[in-house]
Amino acid sequence: MSNVPYQEALALHDPTSYWTKYVFSQDHKWIAIQYTVTAVAVGMVALVMSWLMRLQLGFPGAFSFIDPSTYYQLVTMHGMIMVIYLLTAIFLGGFGNFLIPLMVGARDMVFPFVNMLSYWAYFLSVLVLMASLLVPGGPTGAGWTMYPPQAILPGTPGSGAGIVLMLVSLVLFIVAATMGGLNYVVTVLQARTRGMTMMRLPLSVWGILMATVLALLAFPALFVGAVMTLFDRLLGSSFFMPAVISMGKHLDYAGGSPILFQHIFWFFGHPEVYIVALPAFGIVSDLISVHSRKNIFGYRIMVWAIVIIGVLSFVVWAHHMYVSGMNPYFGFFFATTTLIIAVPTAIKVYNWVLTLWRGDIHLTVPMLFSIGFVSSFTIGGLTGLFLGNVTIDLPLSDTYFVVAHFHMVMGVSPILVVFGGIYHWYPKITGRMLNDTWGKIHFWFTFLGTYAIYFPMHYLGFVGMPRRYHAYDGYEFIPESAQDLNAFITISALMVGVAQFIFLYNLYWSYRNGRVAGPNPWNAASLEWQTPQTPPVHGNWGPKLPTVYRWPYDYSVPGADQDFIPQTQPPGSAFGMPGHTDGVPLPEGGKA
Amino acid sequence: MPAVGIPPERDPPAFLAAPRAKLGLRIILAVVTMLFFLLLVAYTSRMQIADWRPLPEPGILWLNTGLLMLSSAALQWTKTAWRRGSFGGVRYALLSAGLLAVLFLAGQLLAWQQIRSSGYLLEGNPATSFFYLITLVHGLHLIGGLAAWLSTFVRFVRGNSLLRIRINIELCAVYWHFLLVVWLIFFGLMLST
Repeated sequence: MSNVPYQEALALHDPTSYWTKYVFSQDHKWIAIQYTVTAVAVGMVALVMSWLMRLQLGFPGAFSFIDPSTYYQLVTMHGMIMVIYLLTAIFLGGFGNFLIPLMVGARDMVFPFVNMLSYWAYFLSVLVLMASLLVPGGPTGAGWTMYPPQAILPGTPGSGAGIVLMLVSLVLFIVAATMGGLNYVVTVLQARTRGMTMMRLPLSVWGILMATVLALLAFPALFVGAVMTLFDRLLGSSFFMPAVISMGKHLDYAGGSPILFQHIFWFFGHPEVYIVALPAFGIVSDLISVHSRKNIFGYRIMVWAIVIIGVLSFVVWAHHMYVSGMNPYFGFFFATTTLIIAVPTAIKVYNWVLTLWRGDIHLTVPMLFSIGFVSSFTIGGLTGLFLGNVTIDLPLSDTYFVVAHFHMVMGVSPILVVFGGIYHWYPKITGRMLNDTWGKIHFWFTFLGTYAIYFPMHYLGFVGMPRRYHAYDGYEFIPESAQDLNAFITISALMVGVAQFIFLYNLYWSYRNGRVAGPNPWNAASLEWQTPQTPPVHGNWGPKLPTVYRWPYDYSVPGADQDFIPQTQPPGSAFGMPGHTDGVPLPEGGKA
Repeated sequence: MPAVGIPPERDPPAFLAAPRAKLGLRIILAVVTMLFFLLLVAYTSRMQIADWRPLPEPGILWLNTGLLMLSSAALQWTKTAWRRGSFGGVRYALLSAGLLAVLFLAGQLLAWQQIRSSGYLLEGNPATSFFYLITLVHGLHLIGGLAAWLSTFVRFVRGNSLLRIRINIELCAVYWHFLLVVWLIFFGLMLST
């Protein structure tokens, strides 16, 4: 790579004061930790919100403070926080920041100052979001999709300050994501070390790279939607607002198009699904390969599948809008593109399974979470095939079937990978292992518990139980037994929630008391495990950048001395056997 | 298994060979293009609805367009002056580019006022709402550009030399041309409706 000499010559200014080291740090590793901690903290708020929602649904009326307005606010904030402020932030800001420079062999992100600004803009967006919990009228209850006209009309909870703060917070988040994304893309494209070709990048980097490209191109749509809604709400324009009679009064709005908002929103909203799915795809590929001691099956096709899924994700958005009504040919087009996306996705699932096939499977905690992901993602993906068809979607839309589908495919599945990734890289971040027993308890409660929550919801959807309802009194078509199922789901949800606190405690406890990990506890081949220090220090690589000689998946290579060959190992030297050339043609008269 | 060893150095494709700052700017331009493209889509689809009444274009918008063109041209001139090594040329061209951009922004504010005083309120008509929205977003992007321009100018004056500002001048010029094109597209759209 032509920039390597420049990068080696780059003088690194070590941070000297407390503020520049721990608060306004420009070190990608510390920014990653800041992103992760903030995302997990705000995610815990959303988790408690889901408890409250489930308490109302499982035991209606038992908790009188959860009235319909509060319920809608809980639903809205839970969804928005989990999708944007937890998953997007933790995959791009957390994993992206930590892994990209270490995996491509860079000293840091290319624009460290912008990277720092990115975190603080994100932090500000979280503060604004949390402030909306405290304003009069409370946070918005418009649903995470914030469809006008209802999102900004009185009668919807939080239509005063709540919705304004929500939109402002999203605008800030988009600014943060754009500044971060700029760094991730330029770093992957231009700061790779000597020998690190694009086709030697770990799939984690590919997944995060493509997700970043999606974020850069999709978030402008949310930005436009949010700013135009703010104009409608604050300045009285009618971009999205039709003529409305609200509470017996003609409002001043006229002519705006709510459908236009839906198109703009879902043009962002669908790629957003893949913004959280693609990093999960990438990371889980690496975890499965390392912990089954086998190279990933079909590396090239895995890379192309990530790219193709990313491109296709921009032409499927209207499948979220079948019930809004559309030209049948339009619906046909979007159903077709939606089903086509299943092809590269299925290839990925097959390749994960084929990587496991006859592998030397180590059932470590990261591996358990990875296998759990393959299972839950397959279930969630298959129900997506149902919902992608217009004729099946119409009756199932707005039922619990949809809730079950999207939680399995973009809630449970990515978060299982987040956990797997944290168990996997925690030793590199802190130098200590997470406690294994607690990890396994955390896994089984989370894995079985989420199935217990979402599997019955498919049946509830089939019997027609509508989503977004505060209570289900007087709906004769819903059998009474549905209530038993709802209570069961609620108890499962409480238990899964408690298991997450076990995880948090494990993170805290192991930081001081965990087993000392050493530089490479999983015997992994990729570059981030070959740093001279663990945890890696500022600048990552000591005086000289590493040189990469091979791809990151050399596991169980026949004849090699160890069952893995690090990317930094020069050709031939990994083999005790005399004459073994490691596949490299030797120069004339040369010796192995 | 892919081959091991260090692959032979190959020239990267042209769009990746650019310096990092240049690649960074291109990515920003891609994002901003997406932003204005979506505004354009929203504009044209909202236009189909019956309550759309075209806006009277105040004459000052022609003047503003001229100012932005001159500002863009001044940055191009700065580039040429830098290449010739003309210290004075860079100083005048760079300074006038910034001033012209500020004048453009002031002119846009004046246009807002004229439209408002002729009875076209933001909330009255979608065409007016879009006019305010798009000029606001465009203006904010130009203000961002002016921040970059200011840091370039300060560096130039402080360092009292042409060294180390070449890339800044180039990036400013590209960004200015880009915003000029965006403005011309939207101005043309306004005139044609």
